[in-house]
Amino acid sequence: MADTVVDVHQHEHAGHDGHHDPHWIVKYLWSTDHKIIAMQYLFTGMFMGIIGAYMAYVFRMQLAFPGISVPGFGQVSPGEYNSLITNHGSIMIFWVAMPVLIAAFGNYLIPLMIGADDMVFPRINRLSYQIFLVSAIILLASLFVEGGGFGGAWTSYPPLSAEGDYNQTNLGSSLWLLAVALEFVAFLLGGINFITTLMNSRAPGMKAYDIPMVLWMIVIASILFMLSVGPLIAGAVMLFFDQTINTGFYDPTRGGDPILWQHLFWFFGHPEVYVVLLPAIGITVDVIATFARKKIFGYKLVLYTAVATGVLSFFVWAHHQFIAGIDPRMANVFTITTLLISVPIAELLFVMIATLYGGSIRLTTPMLWALAFIAEFLIGGVTGIFLGASGADIYFHDTYFVLAHFHYTFFPIAIIGTFCGFTYWFPKMFGRMMNDTLGKIHFWGTIIPFNFIFIPLFVLGMGGQHRRIYNFQHFPELAGPEMYSLRQIATISLLIMLAFQAVFFFNMFWSWFKGEKAGKNPWKANTLEWTTESPPGHGNWPPDQMPVVYRGPYEYGHPDREEDYWPQHLPS
Amino acid sequence: MAHAKPLATLRSATGIPTGRLAVWWVLASEVVIFGGLLGVYLMHRIGHPEWADAAAHTQTWIGALNTFVLLTSSFTAVLAHQAAEKGNGKEAAKFLCFTILGAMTFLVVKSFEWYNEISHGYTITANTFWSFYYTAAGLHALHVIAGAIIMGVVAFDAFRGRELHRVELIGIYWHFVDVVWIFLFPLLYIAK
Repeated sequence: MADTVVDVHQHEHAGHDGHHDPHWIVKYLWSTDHKIIAMQYLFTGMFMGIIGAYMAYVFRMQLAFPGISVPGFGQVSPGEYNSLITNHGSIMIFWVAMPVLIAAFGNYLIPLMIGADDMVFPRINRLSYQIFLVSAIILLASLFVEGGGFGGAWTSYPPLSAEGDYNQTNLGSSLWLLAVALEFVAFLLGGINFITTLMNSRAPGMKAYDIPMVLWMIVIASILFMLSVGPLIAGAVMLFFDQTINTGFYDPTRGGDPILWQHLFWFFGHPEVYVVLLPAIGITVDVIATFARKKIFGYKLVLYTAVATGVLSFFVWAHHQFIAGIDPRMANVFTITTLLISVPIAELLFVMIATLYGGSIRLTTPMLWALAFIAEFLIGGVTGIFLGASGADIYFHDTYFVLAHFHYTFFPIAIIGTFCGFTYWFPKMFGRMMNDTLGKIHFWGTIIPFNFIFIPLFVLGMGGQHRRIYNFQHFPELAGPEMYSLRQIATISLLIMLAFQAVFFFNMFWSWFKGEKAGKNPWKANTLEWTTESPPGHGNWPPDQMPVVYRGPYEYGHPDREEDYWPQHLPS
Repeated sequence: MAHAKPLATLRSATGIPTGRLAVWWVLASEVVIFGGLLGVYLMHRIGHPEWADAAAHTQTWIGALNTFVLLTSSFTAVLAHQAAEKGNGKEAAKFLCFTILGAMTFLVVKSFEWYNEISHGYTITANTFWSFYYTAAGLHALHVIAGAIIMGVVAFDAFRGRELHRVELIGIYWHFVDVVWIFLFPLLYIAK
């Protein structure tokens, strides 16, 4: 039974038959079909995203209106505040950005875009999701154990994270660490599957430069993740021993070193930024090419730039530790590498702009998200220059400037990138078009408040507002009315932005059942997933109609053709 | 119930069989885990010359014995692969069982060694050298246990003439476990 691969079409009958409930469970929870697993990751990620957003709402309310009883939560105690910010960060990165951008899009798109019927290891794929689900449940459970959830920030620096006497959350911190470790295992399994599938299972005729950019990016990201996470897994085992059996790996009085954790964490943590960034860039590049009806400006340039970014990302980690007591000479080296890495990233954004130039642009909802990605990520990237320069960072370190900076990078990645990909591939996933008007209302209702949340936080950060303060009233120089009005602007904008997400969920469910039928290729795009039914059946294509590839994925506006697109599978 | 392999699993655009490709990627991820741990250990060891006193209490001859046991078990893994190449599943299963026996011998020797050390007060919390000693060797022992279990499954199938290509895959993994020990042995035992 465990190995049954359930036929998507057969389900139509089973759904009406109450006696076949196990069948339903097998289909949605025990399936090895890559599309179902992608949906599992997508919806788990969305659910975790709602929880992460709820946490942001609670602590933003506490920061702007200290001491009020937050509707839907109540009074926020200092311990709860720490736990909320810690788990907000952990959830948004490990349980939202990664499962949605890499696992959900990777699982859905890789087999469809390379013309295969599934991943190479379907059962490992299923195992990967199951481990991920367990990790999510453990994380959520850790919020309700005695002492509350872990509150030592998502970076989990020792000794705060290692000593129960300091963090007061003995069980919570161990469960948090366990959840993160299991999540890593899930993504290692998934990543091996992605890499091997892309390397070995491409349709006949699909050469390396015929692979759609989003797949390259997901696979490069998987390799980056795999090569950077190892030392942190070792470090997590050491931290776990420090927490539970009282070893002294991170305790300087016993021959250990707390800075060691920072090195191990950021050796993973910085490449991790690019692990989630690259898939978002891949999605954006693909969407821009489709809706500018133009070949991307420099396919190989994008590919090699992404590889260069990946390599460089292993040599920038200590810019997180400029004031942690590292050697100042080392800080100089890491300033140089950090400023260097903005070169390939700028290049990727220029490629997107150059692709737009002279295209016949269609401002559909996915295209709006793609354009917003360029604009917003640009602000995130440019403010990174301030922090990468070790001199300026001495002042900016641990202020809201840092916080606003990385939200200006992660929001475009995890939220804008996800909405861009989701609205673009929704017709393929569910067979119906999303409502464009509602999509645009949701777009503007998200983008405008987003800027009103984080631009005030840049200003507050430059004013010296420290990141990890529970109640600014305790600090007279941070408690002025002008600072409070900026905080309140940010919080109210957050409320507006969250309210507009209702439009998205309404649009999603309404379009899912009532939307206009999409047909095979509603966007007139070139890549292989648009050559099969929407949604694709089990096996993606009938066995005798597996596609064969004749050209690259971005042949738009070819002068010899009447149509302005030239799908990859058509013989010339 | 037999599991029909998807077309994706049977394709090979690179010319390398999918299983072997995946095992190499698994090993790549393992290399960075052990690489990170041993790199950290080395940096600390250089910074703490006094750890040599603690290291003096490790039993080099037991480590050497275990090195010999592991190397021999890798040899039988090669013989199993050779038999599998010839299509002789029963012979492959026999040699895999010898390798499992090697893994068990390794673990038994290790248990006696640890029992002895712990009863002398050299526990994982005694000092940071011993913390590294037990963490690194313990992580390696976990890989030995996992390898032995997987090898049992592969041998079971091979005995019935099924999935013979897996004999090579578990062999690659087993050599890796061996190589990790080749790094651990001098770093934890020989360096005094």
